[in-house]
Amino acid sequence: MKTEDLIAALAADAPRTGPRLDTVWAVALACAGVLATAVFFGTIGPRADFWSAAQTVRFDFKFVLTGVLAVTSFLMLRALAVPGANRPHWSVLALAPALGIGAVLLELFVLPAGAWQMAQTGKNALVCLTYIPLIGLAPVGALILALRRGAPTRPALAGGIAGLLAGGIAATLYAAHCTDDSPLFVMTWYPIAIAMLVALGAILGRIFARW
Amino acid sequence: MTPQKDKELAARMRAAIAGDTTGYDQLLRDIAGLVRGLVARKLGPGSAVDAEDIVQETLLAVHLKRHTWRPEAPILPWIYAIARYKVIDAFRRRGQRISLDIDAFADVLAAEESETASERDIERALASLSEGQRRVVAAISVEGRSISETANALGMKETAVRVALHRGLAAIAAKFGKTS
Repeated sequence: MKTEDLIAALAADAPRTGPRLDTVWAVALACAGVLATAVFFGTIGPRADFWSAAQTVRFDFKFVLTGVLAVTSFLMLRALAVPGANRPHWSVLALAPALGIGAVLLELFVLPAGAWQMAQTGKNALVCLTYIPLIGLAPVGALILALRRGAPTRPALAGGIAGLLAGGIAATLYAAHCTDDSPLFVMTWYPIAIAMLVALGAILGRIFARW
Repeated sequence: MTPQKDKELAARMRAAIAGDTTGYDQLLRDIAGLVRGLVARKLGPGSAVDAEDIVQETLLAVHLKRHTWRPEAPILPWIYAIARYKVIDAFRRRGQRISLDIDAFADVLAAEESETASERDIERALASLSEGQRRVVAAISVEGRSISETANALGMKETAVRVALHRGLAAIAAKFGKTS
């Protein structure tokens, strides 16, 4: 087929354009949020003392951390879906880890050394490693589907960032359940759980986000 | 490439996306010329990859992914990033890896399509479509018929022709994305 023939076919198809990416992301985020929330309430749900816990700084800080992770990874993901787009500097992804490490240092300072071990191990390590990936599963799927509407020139990388965002969403919900509020626990187990979603996202992106 | 050229192409693409499709074929022709120049330079002489295949894959991607371009952004970086992705993808499909310097994509001259007798990748992708889609895409591209002529010739409704054309083009593009 000559290029001129192809152009004739493309020109005949000109009236059909895809949905704007802003719309695609809005729908994907809504789906991811609703599905993750449904899985969360259908399985573990929030902790019994949620409202009194909300008065404590360690509990609230978990949401700052997961919230920053979700927002920064979304900004990166949105840029990675467009060829040649100006993307935020990679260092924005270090914002959440930097906050977490700062909190860890503070915790080491205020907590007696004898209590470090227990604060880190906690009681919920296995629950954390199970439910963050589980809650994040549907968001990963929704975000990869959205990525297919975009045009990521690095599909595996974009998929991995989609997994990071799914991890941020899942960790936000999971944080409302978990009674281990010490940054020592959060910065040990949450990253491992989220890394599983990043790996899954990268694999799915590699397979399904090509175009 | 000058900002002037970018502004002009961007304006024409905005018009096409907004529904004024009269100049769309000429816009694609101009984009093909730009892409052809840079792909030829990128591949060099005697490459295992046919430059015109990549031009066609890039055009198809520009068309199917044009909703990802932000209308207020410059358009040339977007086009070049797609062309670069398609070059890398062509080598990936052939089991080779190459790295490209994006600066090499700046400032290229438009070039004419060279006539070759070899079968294009797109031909093979076309052959793999379902019978209905293949006939519609072939009628409009190779035979140069309009939507309504194709509808008459194949005894289909015009809307069905449009749907088959769009799905056929998307299926051809999806074929390129696969490892083959």
